[in-house]
This record gives sequence, C-alpha cells and structure tokens, in this order.
Amino acid sequence: MAFDYSAAVDAASGLQSTPKPTTRKGRMWMSKSRRTIGFWLALPFVLYITTFFIIPLLSVCFMSTEIVSDMDELVPAYTLSNYAAALSSQYLPILLRSALYAALTTVLCLGIGYPLAWFIARHGGRHKTLYLLLVMLPFWTSYLIRIFAWMTILQTEGVLNNILLYLHIISAPLDILNSPISVILGLTYGFLPFATLPLYATLEKLDFGLLEAAADLGSTPRKAFFHVILPLSLPGITAACLLTFVPAMGDFITPELLGGVDTMMVGNLIQQQYLASFNWPFGAALSLILMLIMLSFIALFLKTSGSTELLA
Amino acid sequence: MSDTATKSSWLLRFHVLLTYIFLYAPIIVLVIFSFNSDHRNANWQGFTLHWYSNLMHNEAVQRALFNSLKVGLSSTLIATTIGSMAALALSRYEVPCHKLVGFLVFVPLVIPEIVMGISILTLYLSLSIPLSIYTVIFAHVAFCIAYVTITVRSRLAGIDPCLEEAAADLGATRWATFRLITFPQMLPGIISGALLSFTLSFDDFVITFFTAGVGSGTLPMTIHSMIRFGITPEINAISTIMLTLSLTIMGGMRLYEQYRTRRLKAQ
Repeated sequence: MAFDYSAAVDAASGLQSTPKPTTRKGRMWMSKSRRTIGFWLALPFVLYITTFFIIPLLSVCFMSTEIVSDMDELVPAYTLSNYAAALSSQYLPILLRSALYAALTTVLCLGIGYPLAWFIARHGGRHKTLYLLLVMLPFWTSYLIRIFAWMTILQTEGVLNNILLYLHIISAPLDILNSPISVILGLTYGFLPFATLPLYATLEKLDFGLLEAAADLGSTPRKAFFHVILPLSLPGITAACLLTFVPAMGDFITPELLGGVDTMMVGNLIQQQYLASFNWPFGAALSLILMLIMLSFIALFLKTSGSTELLA
Repeated sequence: MSDTATKSSWLLRFHVLLTYIFLYAPIIVLVIFSFNSDHRNANWQGFTLHWYSNLMHNEAVQRALFNSLKVGLSSTLIATTIGSMAALALSRYEVPCHKLVGFLVFVPLVIPEIVMGISILTLYLSLSIPLSIYTVIFAHVAFCIAYVTITVRSRLAGIDPCLEEAAADLGATRWATFRLITFPQMLPGIISGALLSFTLSFDDFVITFFTAGVGSGTLPMTIHSMIRFGITPEINAISTIMLTLSLTIMGGMRLYEQYRTRRLKAQ
C-alpha cells in the first residue's frame, strides 16, 4: 500500500525514476547504449535551455553590477549601487506596492476560490469536470484580451457605469478605471483559476465524513471547519498563494492598462528602464530583486509542502 | 442545524453563481460589443458586422495575424521536437546529471515572464542579433519546450515500460520497439503538448514585446498598440476571433483526450 502511494505521487510529480529493467536479458538490451541515446536525446534541450535561460540570466546578473557612462555606454563597475538605488526611498515604494497588490490579489483569490473549490468538490456530483472546465476556460484566452474586456466594462462611459446609472444606484459615473481598485480587480480576475485548481485538488481528496464525525462528537459546523477542514486543506492553500502571488507580483500589463500614474508596479519600472530610460543595469538589478523575492517564496513553499508535486 | 445548513448552502450557491458571472461577464461583453454599432464601445446601438469587415481591409492586422500563425507554427514544431526528445530521454533512458536536467525543465516555469523577456533581449543584443520575426520564434521555443516536456513526460510516466521490455525480449530492434510500441503510446502526449505550445505562443505578449523587431509584431502586439491608441470596437472583433481560435484548439484537445480515454476503456 505504502509502495503504491509513493509510486502514484512520483507519477503525478513526473519525477518517476528511470524504470529498472527486471530480467537479465532486458538489462543487457537496455544498458548497452541507454546512456548514449539518452545523452543525444536530451542534448538539444539542455543546450537550448542553457542558451536561452542560464547564460542570459548570468549576463543579467553581471549587467546589474555595471553602470551607464556619460557616453551612454555600459561600463563594468562591480558595484552594488543599482541595488541600492532600487531599494532607495524613490523606488522602494514601487516594490512595496507591487507586494501589497500581489498580497491583496492573493487574499481575494483565496476568498473567492476557496468556496468555489469547496462547492465543486463537495456538491459538484457528476458535473465536477464541467464546473472545473468552466473555471479554466477564460484562462485559455489571451490575458491581454481579458484586460481589454475589463477596460470596456470599467471605463467612465463603460458597461458598469451605464448599468449603475440606469438602475439609479449612482448619480454620476464612477472613476474606477486607472485606480488601484481596477488593477487589483484585473489581477484577481487573471489569477483566480490558478488559485482555484490547487484548492480543488486538495478538497477533492478530503474525506468529508470527518465533518460528520466532528458533528457527532459535539462540534459546531464552524468549529469543525476551522479545526478539521482548514488545517487539512493547508497544502492547497499554500499552493494557491504561490500560484497567485508570484505571477501577480511580476505582472506589468494589468497595471499598464488598468492602472494610472500612481499604480506603477515593479514590472512597469523594469520595462521602463529597458525600453524608455535605457538604464539597463538598473533594470537588471530590479529584475533580479523581483526574481529573488519570487524564488524565496517558491523555496518557502517547497519547504513547507516537502514535494515538487505542484510544479509538475 | 438543518436550517443553518440550508442557509449556508444557499449562500454558497449564490457565491458560486456570482463567481461564474464574474468569470464570464467580461468575455460575454467583449463578444456582444464586437457586433455593436456604437463606435465609442459604450452603449448598445444595434447589430453590425462593420468591425469585422473593417478587419478584412486592415492590412496591419492581417500582417500581424500572418506573423502570429508563422511564429506559432514554427515555434510549436521546434519546441515539440526538442521537448518530446527530452521527455523520452528523461523517462526512458539514462541521462548524465539526471536530476540537474530534470531541474532545467522547471527553470522556464519559475522565472517571471518579464525577466525572461529582458534576459532573452540581452542575449540577442550582446550577440548583435538584429530583432526580427526569427528572434521571436526562438524566444517562444524557449518557453514552450518546458510545457511540452512536462506534458509528454507525464504521459510516458503513465505507460507501463514492461510493454517495451516485452517487445525487446521478443526480438524487436530498438527502433522497431520505439516505432511500434513507444511512439504510438506517447503520441497523445505529443499532440497535447503541441496544442498547448501553439496556444501559449499565439497568446504570448510579454516575451514578444521584448524580442520583436520592426514589422514582426504578432496579433497580441497589434492589439496592445490599438488599446494604447484608444478603445475601439475593432479590438472586440479581433478578440472575438482570437477567443474562438483559442477555445476551439483547447476544446478540441479536451475532446480528443476524452475520445482517447473512452476508446481505451472500451478496449
């Protein structure tokens, strides 16, 4: 039983070790050139990822220690001044704002996604797959298009204001677009499916008989939820937090299109350094800080959950 | 007890209903407004196909669509080949530094898109490669490979290697075993990986934004510049077309998977 379980986890995580040949004949056949074939099959992949990810990332690391000379040229300086600038009082608020928006997005996604996942897992019945598919469907369309749709809805003469005016709920159009509210709304919309899926995956495996057991033992439904269900669904909650916070923190289309001057996030700042100000070393330092924050979150998650199941 | 239970159950249903409305309202508004004759994109003024016919005559959009298809198809072809080979190596053969190579699969997934964009741009510029449609294709291959590898690998993990060993024991050559046993079984994984890869490439904006040269913009790039220029119903029309395309591909993929599992069960 224990063996089956670990095999299932391995299969789910895609980290199944290479199957060991069982017969002597099989071993001879397999071992002969298994290494050679494996090497040549994996080589293009390794070369490609190294060329397009590892080497560029290292050169971004190096660039972050360079400075821009008066002649607008990049000069090696081996300095940490770009990092100091990124954490200075001028730019730190942008980093903190990005973290705040990402955190609020995460809380909203959990608040909306948990009951949704609960409903699908517990009351979905035969239509579980359909409900889940309906959550995923918007995610299959371009992120840009979804953001544009929100612009149409939230603009001053947009659908939302028209409906509210028609129903006499408001007397003058609301300026929601280009505010922090619209940015957080856009981010929540974009990452809700990411939060719902891991929550569903955990809740689906949960034994809801535990609720009855708790009730039989005299617990109120509220107590049973907070003392039994919530702790058991913690792996799903951490995964949902990770899958929401990390991409939300690095997003730059949402604040660019739904935000205004005072909603700039770190992604916008990086883009600006690369394509407008041409201060690449500073942009590189910002990118590495962003990546460091994200990777520490991922490391924290892997440490708490103790597996790489999610990443597969 | 039962009274509060039904109350909370109704509350839950209401929440779920609102969530689905939240998820679908923007998409529905988008599609409806692509047929709206109001050029300010605000009120319903009547049905029209004007925006679609405008697109027919919009050369910039057509060039962008052509670029998108070119990028999507080429990067999918390359990524699917390299990714499937890597998946096969990782799950069926011995790879030197197996763990390290397995780790490389996850690198593209944990790096923020914008960092990926600027680092690939840095690579091109440090090698003085001029930005063009080819730089976009190779950048797209970079992030698609990982998804293909993971999809094909999880498919291979579900296939019993005993079948391949049995074929070998019965005297099949290595090539024959691959052609007759392994490949047909991993094909659904390859197809899913390719479709996923095409959708990702077709919808990508961030990576393209940093790696595209003049005149090599894809459809999302054109949409982005149109949005920045001002909200027009033409964007609704393009969006509806892209939406239909993405949903057809992904829906087709789901149906194909269902068909496969049903056929396997029948056998």
